[in-house]
Amino acid sequence: MSIENRPARQWLLSLPSLTWLAMFFVIPAILVIITAFRSADLQGGVGPGWTLATLREVQDPAYLPILWRTVWLSGVTTVVCLALALPVAFQMASAGQRMQQLLLLLVVIPFLSNFLIRIFAWKSLLHPEGPLTKLLIGLHLIPENAVLLNHVGTVLLVLVYTQLPFAILPLYAAAEKFDFGLLDAARDLGAGPWRAFFKIFVPGVSRGIISAAVMVFVCCLGQYVIPQMVGGTSDEMLGSKIAQRVFSDRNLPHASALAGGLMLAVLVPMVVIVLWQQFGRKEAE
Amino acid sequence: MEDFLVIDHVSKTFGAQRVVDDVALTVAEGESFSLLGPSGCGKTTLLRMIAGFEQPDRGRILVGGRDITSLPPEQRPVNTVFQNYALFPHLSVWENIAFGLRMSRRPREEIRSGVERMLELVRLSEHARKRPAQLSGGQRQRVAIARALVNRPQVLLLDEPLAALDLKLRQHMLMELNTIHEQVGTTFIYVTHDQGEAMSLSDRIAVMNAGKVEQVDSPENLYETPRSSFVASFIGDANFFTGVVVELQHEGYVRVLVEGLGSPLVLRNGAISSNLTLRLMVWPEKISLTLTRPSSGERVNAFRGVVEDMAYFGSHTRYRIRAGEHSILAQLQRSRFSGGEIDPARGAEVWMSFHPDEGRVVRLEAAA
Repeated sequence: MSIENRPARQWLLSLPSLTWLAMFFVIPAILVIITAFRSADLQGGVGPGWTLATLREVQDPAYLPILWRTVWLSGVTTVVCLALALPVAFQMASAGQRMQQLLLLLVVIPFLSNFLIRIFAWKSLLHPEGPLTKLLIGLHLIPENAVLLNHVGTVLLVLVYTQLPFAILPLYAAAEKFDFGLLDAARDLGAGPWRAFFKIFVPGVSRGIISAAVMVFVCCLGQYVIPQMVGGTSDEMLGSKIAQRVFSDRNLPHASALAGGLMLAVLVPMVVIVLWQQFGRKEAE
Repeated sequence: MEDFLVIDHVSKTFGAQRVVDDVALTVAEGESFSLLGPSGCGKTTLLRMIAGFEQPDRGRILVGGRDITSLPPEQRPVNTVFQNYALFPHLSVWENIAFGLRMSRRPREEIRSGVERMLELVRLSEHARKRPAQLSGGQRQRVAIARALVNRPQVLLLDEPLAALDLKLRQHMLMELNTIHEQVGTTFIYVTHDQGEAMSLSDRIAVMNAGKVEQVDSPENLYETPRSSFVASFIGDANFFTGVVVELQHEGYVRVLVEGLGSPLVLRNGAISSNLTLRLMVWPEKISLTLTRPSSGERVNAFRGVVEDMAYFGSHTRYRIRAGEHSILAQLQRSRFSGGEIDPARGAEVWMSFHPDEGRVVRLEAAA
């Protein structure tokens, strides 16, 4: 039909997914923020009336180190995941068709087992009586009394482990569309293999890098199971605190204020970045 | 001087297939040289070996006397214009051209002047800030040429440089490439499957077939004296006849009996003895068509035939003429109607004639 009809029809096509998003994402998110302004009742529900008291409670300086740990753990996890996923995506995309399918399957296989079970597997692997600790002590790589578990490093390790596929998949999708002939051109113009990789391949998959970074970073921010299971008492992340407020303290408004704050802290920079890119693109044209 | 680029008996095998088979070529400094052949003849593999993307199994490649066979691409004094141009999409035209100079860490001022000089050479100065996606096909190609030439390579390789352009632009770029070659004086090596492109771009052409070089010659010599029927058929729509030598004449002519057609007289080249089976070739435009038998003496080869098909091309018309089992292509220039030539209709009976000097012996075959 005519071109004027096309936007309308596209809206119609995306109506189901938009409805889904509105029902199960936007409205709950707004409810969370609203709850932050209600008072808590003793049964763990929401009391009558409105209050700003929760907002003041949340500004407790005790949260600052936790917030900082959450941000740096997520940041470092993101950087490590990208550093590991870039060469993997490069190799996957430049492999043959059959090899690509096999590698893709290998990346996805961990998802077939339950998340908690995989974390638990790490817990027993790193346990002082576990095989890895014994092996490393046997090889004299770590001191006899070393404990691999309950470390902030352990949290980081397991975070990287769980998030790595989320970095590999968007990067692979971008790398698959990358024209590897460009690397020949870069080599031809005097770039060694490494410079060709960093000057041409990395910018070539920049969209994949942004998706992967956002994916990993945002998923890390909300983590609470990993610090709880493999981290020590001083390795809590903000997610752990939110979970505590819900499950132990049964203080929904307080949990909502923390969750809403975290959500806004992620959302606002992303919106700014998107707007800035949009603006920048118009500028370039 | 003569041996600037030397391909010294180079072979390359992929799996069970010998893609390049003992190729030996020399190219002079400043020459523009074409590797011409059908797809799969090994010309692109040969180019990639000169650029350094493939390693030869045997043989050496030398540029200016230096053996570059084992050097990686980034260390070779050779740059490439890729078939799809392979411009870096995230960089501006300016940065694309500057890339090679940046990689060799030249001083900023040298990069600036080098890029500006190249932009001027390919007349793209006003597009310097654009991204490749904002350029037309012809402009992209000029960026690719500038990006390669800015490094002052000793040899410039051009892989099917015109294949991605439409006909009109292709003819324009053909002239432009010749101008650029004249201005920079670098040795140009073209790879192409288009004989017209090769003919109008190069001083010499190597015709390749199945990994081997069939003939290396100037465009004129390739056209006038193709050494094999493969070369002749690749260069143009040649007419071929198989015949047996029946008479050796003085002044270097031989009479050849062609079954079902007659016994034309042609120029001999090389040693030819009686009763030898050989192949003759005549270009379509060398054949004249008349209604009556041409009377210019016995030195003219004339045969009767019936017009089977014809096609009008504007500047010329092509006729397919049947004579017994033979189907012969003749081409008439539109401006030559005065010379007793005709405008035959389909089904008309005509005389085809050509001068003995226009008939070529292209391949000698051992007598059966």
